[in-house]
Amino acid sequence: MPYTPQLKELMKRVEKTRTARIGQDYPRMSPQEKQEVLEQFHPDHIEKGFRKIKVGVDRGSRMPVEMADVFESWSRLRGVNLDLQAEPDYDVDVLIIGGGGAGASAALEAQAAGASVMVATKLRFGDANTMMAQGGIQAADKANDTPAIHYLDVLGGGHFDNIPELTRALVMDAPLVIKWLENLGVMFDKKEDGTMITGHGGGTSRKRMHAARDYTGAEIMRTLRDEVYNHQITVVEFCPAVELLLDEKGQAAGAILYNLETEQYHIARAKTTVIATGGSGRLHYQGFPTSNHYGATGDGLVIGYRAGAKTLYADSIQYHPTGGAYPPQLLGMLVTEKTRSLGATPLNVKGEQFVYHLETRDVEASSIIRECHGRNLGVPLPTGISAVWLDSPLIEIIHGEGTIERRLPAMLRQFKRFDVDIRREPMLIYPTLHYQNGGLKIDVNAKSTVENLYVAGETAGGIHGTNRLMGNSLLDVTVFGRRAGRNAAIASKDLPIPKRLSLEHVESYHRELEETGAADERIGPMLLPHYTHR
Amino acid sequence: MSDGNNGERNTAIKMVDIYIMGKRYTVPETLTIIDAMEYAGYQLKRGCGCRAGFCGACATVYRIAGDFELKVGLACQTKVEDGMYLAQIPFFPGRKAVYDLEDIKPSIADFAQLYPEIFRCLGCGSCTKACPQDIDVMQYVAYMQRGEFDKAADISFDCVMCGLCTARCPVNIVHYNAALTSRRLYSRYIARTDEFLSERVTAIENGELDTEIDALIRTDKEKLKELYNDRDIEK
Repeated sequence: MPYTPQLKELMKRVEKTRTARIGQDYPRMSPQEKQEVLEQFHPDHIEKGFRKIKVGVDRGSRMPVEMADVFESWSRLRGVNLDLQAEPDYDVDVLIIGGGGAGASAALEAQAAGASVMVATKLRFGDANTMMAQGGIQAADKANDTPAIHYLDVLGGGHFDNIPELTRALVMDAPLVIKWLENLGVMFDKKEDGTMITGHGGGTSRKRMHAARDYTGAEIMRTLRDEVYNHQITVVEFCPAVELLLDEKGQAAGAILYNLETEQYHIARAKTTVIATGGSGRLHYQGFPTSNHYGATGDGLVIGYRAGAKTLYADSIQYHPTGGAYPPQLLGMLVTEKTRSLGATPLNVKGEQFVYHLETRDVEASSIIRECHGRNLGVPLPTGISAVWLDSPLIEIIHGEGTIERRLPAMLRQFKRFDVDIRREPMLIYPTLHYQNGGLKIDVNAKSTVENLYVAGETAGGIHGTNRLMGNSLLDVTVFGRRAGRNAAIASKDLPIPKRLSLEHVESYHRELEETGAADERIGPMLLPHYTHR
Repeated sequence: MSDGNNGERNTAIKMVDIYIMGKRYTVPETLTIIDAMEYAGYQLKRGCGCRAGFCGACATVYRIAGDFELKVGLACQTKVEDGMYLAQIPFFPGRKAVYDLEDIKPSIADFAQLYPEIFRCLGCGSCTKACPQDIDVMQYVAYMQRGEFDKAADISFDCVMCGLCTARCPVNIVHYNAALTSRRLYSRYIARTDEFLSERVTAIENGELDTEIDALIRTDKEKLKELYNDRDIEK
């Protein structure tokens, strides 16, 4: 759907100011200005979007309403009779739940550490937010950079709420992970001599964003998946975990899997278990559209929480500043931050810039929301919503013609499919629900607060404080995926086969739900979003 | 809840008739195939992934009424059309060669061991025609046959591994898996390694960079904020 005549008319204002804007750096915000725009316009500060959870280990703590709703839900196994003492359907050292970047990394490391491993995943192996990450992966591997400089960037971006040891692990492992991926044959953007081509992301003080065109996550995911298949690790697709199993001591001992095809339940017994189920954008907090994968319904959070795993910063959600706003088919879809890294700037309806284009994501997103709803200077769209321009043609002016085709092929293709040529026409964008900053609490070994239960990737919290920087999520899934896999495998060596598998924790969770009346009719985890039209 | 992709607020949306596995549904013309299937009442299990054109889960075959041509596309990236007959390919059982990247080289001989069928290519071009990413698939098969893995890697890069090329191939080439192997071979053996990266890894493993970061870990929050706000930013 090409731009309407009205939009084309408004677009002229962008064209009119463009020449004057070239080479003009819009000032960055002061710490006070940042604080102000966050408090007034960031969705995390909209109190009606939150409530206190009534049950479980973190009862009384603040969560997005939609997350509290899936936490306060009945188990899918309520009223289902399972013989837990029967011979299990699967019996392994390490069970990995989730087939994204973290799950694949964990599987490779766990097997390398000598464990028998299986991966169970809800959809296809590789169906994950990792596949969709476009812009890059951070690592301090240049002469003017160090992990300590990276560390300070991550902390500042995360409002100093980060767990220092976790952030340390993230930045110190970063060059190791890039080397690991290079060895596995990930096709990073490189110069002739092998030097990685790196750029900035929002909130970075050094150019440390490594990329594989704008398919960085896809390139990493398909390579890791290929490697898992090369190692002939068992992967069970279309089989989400619907509950964890505990042993007689309350330690994790596997999971109940649900075959989406046959609708049967399977028992997977394991000495150690890794949750790597990703984020929860498909819960659509505060009604936001999302850039997340179809499967991002927070299932691992729910089953982990029921088994007693504590959460951290569950009320901190990331809205990516640049989600697609128009054409309507692209609503919510990620417009990579690399578009801004390459020089595209956000502009209001008058064609004027209103925020520096590479503030951290929360500040950038809040400023866009302010422009549209605080100052009423958004671009009115035929679909009834308001958005801002992202002046992509600037990229071609700054870096030369052909840059978009070379560096942003996915973006170019996606807009072209719906008749917008981003080389000539600016994009229309609005913040989209992108990432769960918090999650289940872990230590540097990726171990949760439940014995023998490990958590890695977006399901875990604390690494990024209360706001993640671009390029630190692909890094997170690989760093902590590897740590989870390795540590789960090592721990499994000293553990006996779990004796008495139990779901008593689910029964006691149900008793709490009954006492508080919290659950209503809801059943969780959600597994699949509901988009069917009435 | 709505995915939001359906443009419901438009007052005068034109409706079109589509046929999902033969059954007729009337849906707004602005929808993508994925959204239209949900609009029609499907809760998707297979045939739905990232919904943004990156994962290849939603390969779809369709035909427009009155036309004989079978077309293909990604359901999340293709708009519905009036008279569209469609079906999704939920799973594609293509073969993947199992290999150890450390044991093979980017040579025609090694590649032929893994994917011998690429030499049976008839040059019909069906694969290229089927590709929803507009990749010249047949051309990269030719590059692989000639051992030009750098070129095969380059032009196959945007592949989302949806399998549509393989579905149309008369000689059963599994293009997308062969292409992935060429990209890994290229990146591992033909592209140069980053030397400074290797040095950095050694320095970290030897603990040479511990002091600097541990000093920061011991620094209190107020001082850290000061350091952060005053840090110099590379141009």
